[in-house]
Amino acid sequence: MNEELRNIWTQFFNWVMGNGPRPENEVIPPEPPPALPFSQKPTDKFSRFHEATLKERYTQWLELHGLHLFSVIYSGLSVLTCIVIVSLLLATVAELPPFGHERNPANNEVIRRYVQHGGRETGAQNIVAGLILDYRAFDTFGESAVLFTAAVSVLMILGASRRNSLKDSQNPHTDPEGRNFSQRGPPVIRHHLLRKDDAILQGVASLSIPVILMMGCVVVINGHLSPGGGFSGGAILSTALILAANAFGFERVHNFFNERTFIVSSSTALMIYALSKGYSFFTGANHLHSIIPKGTIGDILSAGLILPLNICVGLIVAGTLYGFYALFSEGDM
Amino acid sequence: MLEKLLLNHYEAAAVILSGIGLTNLLLQRNLIKKIIGLNIMDTAVYLFLAAKGYVEGRAAPILLEAQGGGWITNPDVYVNPVPAGLVLTGIVVSVSVTAFALALTLKLYEHYGTLNIDEALMKMTEQQEELETKISDAEEDVLA
Amino acid sequence: MINMFAYNIPFASIFLMMIAAIITPLLPNRNRLPEKLSCYLIGTVGVLSAYLLYTLTNSGQSLAFNFSMGHFPAPWGNELRAGPLEAVLALVFSVAMLLSLLGNFSSTQEDIAPARRNIFCVLVNLLMASLLALTYTNDLFTAYVFIEINTIAACSIVAVKEGAETVRAALRYLVMSLVGSGLVMIAICLLYDLTGHLLMQNMHGAIQVLVTTKSYIMPLTVSLALITVGLAIKSALYPFASWLPDAHGSSTNASSAILSGLVLKGHIFTIIKIFYRVFGLDVIHALRMDTVIFALGVIAMIMGSVHALRQKNVKRMIAWSSVAQVGYIFLGVGLNTTAGIAAACLHIIVHACVKPMLFTAAGGLSNSAGHKKGLHALMGTFYVNRWAGLGLIAGACSMMGVPAFAGFASKLRLMMASFDTPVVVWSLAALATSSVLNALYYVPAVIVILTHSKDAQKNFTVHPPTKLYNFSMCVFLILNFYLGLFCVPLLRLITRGVNVL
Repeated sequence: MNEELRNIWTQFFNWVMGNGPRPENEVIPPEPPPALPFSQKPTDKFSRFHEATLKERYTQWLELHGLHLFSVIYSGLSVLTCIVIVSLLLATVAELPPFGHERNPANNEVIRRYVQHGGRETGAQNIVAGLILDYRAFDTFGESAVLFTAAVSVLMILGASRRNSLKDSQNPHTDPEGRNFSQRGPPVIRHHLLRKDDAILQGVASLSIPVILMMGCVVVINGHLSPGGGFSGGAILSTALILAANAFGFERVHNFFNERTFIVSSSTALMIYALSKGYSFFTGANHLHSIIPKGTIGDILSAGLILPLNICVGLIVAGTLYGFYALFSEGDM
Repeated sequence: MLEKLLLNHYEAAAVILSGIGLTNLLLQRNLIKKIIGLNIMDTAVYLFLAAKGYVEGRAAPILLEAQGGGWITNPDVYVNPVPAGLVLTGIVVSVSVTAFALALTLKLYEHYGTLNIDEALMKMTEQQEELETKISDAEEDVLA
Repeated sequence: MINMFAYNIPFASIFLMMIAAIITPLLPNRNRLPEKLSCYLIGTVGVLSAYLLYTLTNSGQSLAFNFSMGHFPAPWGNELRAGPLEAVLALVFSVAMLLSLLGNFSSTQEDIAPARRNIFCVLVNLLMASLLALTYTNDLFTAYVFIEINTIAACSIVAVKEGAETVRAALRYLVMSLVGSGLVMIAICLLYDLTGHLLMQNMHGAIQVLVTTKSYIMPLTVSLALITVGLAIKSALYPFASWLPDAHGSSTNASSAILSGLVLKGHIFTIIKIFYRVFGLDVIHALRMDTVIFALGVIAMIMGSVHALRQKNVKRMIAWSSVAQVGYIFLGVGLNTTAGIAAACLHIIVHACVKPMLFTAAGGLSNSAGHKKGLHALMGTFYVNRWAGLGLIAGACSMMGVPAFAGFASKLRLMMASFDTPVVVWSLAALATSSVLNALYYVPAVIVILTHSKDAQKNFTVHPPTKLYNFSMCVFLILNFYLGLFCVPLLRLITRGVNVL
């Protein structure tokens, strides 16, 4: 028993220190193909099998350049900084207004109006939905733009370049303008233990995917009436896509949702969002009358723009999260 | 001070968590662990915000139906809705940033074969030195 | 009251850039359509900002106005605020962005794979939108959201040039930036809890009340410190600037120019707004934050130059020089007077015009030396690409503070602003030392490019500079001399802007 405990502790300690043993069942990438004639760096240097020697070389290098002291000082300083920040923050927290008290500064006239008139002014039963999609809609627009930025960046880093380098490695000079952009070894191709004929997984998936899709749609469409909305509903929808990809293979999902559909759907959804919100910002700031009806609180078709905005956001989030998954696991969409 | 900390125990826990996250972000050499640290820090901030929105004995900010029809719009019935909106924004930002950081990490691994940013630096300097020696060798050849 | 058209310009310029970013992925990748769209729209934003500035200066008493985003007034909805300072900054940002893009057009085409050019344009548009939003916003949480957009877009335009080095630089930049965003987020939560507002002016009122009643002083100090440190990491104030030379030195020339000239400035202007509009200068002084900022600024001025002296790669040298120049700006902010902040804003503008010129010039010179970036490889390149050589010389003179160049004007104002403060000796000593240090690394660079060398010129692969390159270099030079010789009306405008910030 004692032995086991110690074993577990050493394993945990090793894991924390980052030098744990390589797990038995790890999928090891295949040997990279021989180095391309134009690549400057020898590829064998980069394979995972040199990890152990890499660590040794790193320590040697540190000592060679006299950086050992520096890295010790850096670690010490970081620990010190963290301790200082945590103790400062703890002291601050002790001074803050008490938890859950109704006379705290945050419970002021701003909140009163959100609650008292929120229903009438936005038409939404869910005050938070009214808050983020009507009162403070510019923040939420920025937030969707953050997601869009990240999606575009990840697509750039993982998607386009990987396809190019794969193409390059087959045919080094396919670049339309005759320039050579890949100056490195071939990409690491991640392999999956993905079995496309797993009957149990497929059976469960075909049962649960419709339920998940329905659930996602309900959460998106009821965003202005109940907890949820575009972001949470979109996340649920994306899990259905991910499950489908895992059970039936990426090719099947690829048939109806590929990179082009992803770009077109998220750009269009975000564009609708931007234009409709732009309209309401413009009319609001210039004191013009907005033609969008608010409806009656509690109805599905109420709350003005909130319902269509939730649907747009749901589309963006579902596409983006599935896109992240596909790009990370397959390197392609 | 301890009494006050106990009174604000949610916030205190959030602050300690964010300290753990920050320590991981600064100290871990492995990028994946750095990113996990970042996520711990973000989550701590959401805990903090959620705790700040809570008001004792009040309901979630979704309008309740009054008994005689219509809606209860008395502000003393519901908790503060603003932190919920801020947490939502924060979560989306953190998802995006995490995905972007992981994508860059993957790319770094493809280029250097390591997840440690300092080892990557070492490899880069080594390559540069190799390149420089090559160039100087070539120059010497030319001179000879 | 200003007219309807000018009133809508802040909102319109942010939305134009946003919509451009959203629509660019849908455009066909032919005929350089995305690049053209970005350039035209950034130009439009510049024209609109100039018109806004013109209207604001001729409108008489009401110099700044608030623009509520939506149907709900200030503390409930989001808000933008525009005054002369914001309009000037928007104008400068768009001009510098446009010139950086135009000047480095051919090097961008060389460095970036065709499949990525479209996305590069998306990122540039998003960066511009986030810079405009940071300039105009009057809401702290909106500022946080756009800081995040700015961070992701800035890191990806570092990584847009393929290569191992850029990925490493981008990751380092990203990790440092994320520490910064985390601190900013915590600080915003603390401030919201203390004041119950997210809008800058309402926060200001609540903070004044807290300070006069002497309640919650400790949390206020901590949140001010956290938000300052967080934004200082993002704007590369010295002890937190270790990421900058990698990121700016390794990326493509257009990215370096945009990052050094503009992205840092967005964060610095946010700090200025937080100091001036949210806390107020007297509170900053009472919480002693001005001394800290001043000291960090002085250290940055010296240490940035010391690091620059040790660089062999010309782009890394210019990048470290940015650290020193950020130090100048923080010195002005740390003086904690209206004149000091006005001088800091002038230096923001000067640096936003000069640093892209230096990066573009260095890119052009190393291009004519066969893509070598080492300082010695540039020997004699002045005679191959004269416009680039002139740009480097003018930029170097400006950074050293030679009279009639842009840098001289702003350094002079910083000096004059520090005369009324108790730290005058320190700031004069720092300005003098830093100018000498600047000269120590810029003069050799100028001498190198002016030295004739027959051997070296044989190796040059002569890429004749394009017309666009010469045009943008020419405009940069004109801007440089304009700022150096006629900055008095501009400074008057900035001072009026700071007063209504």
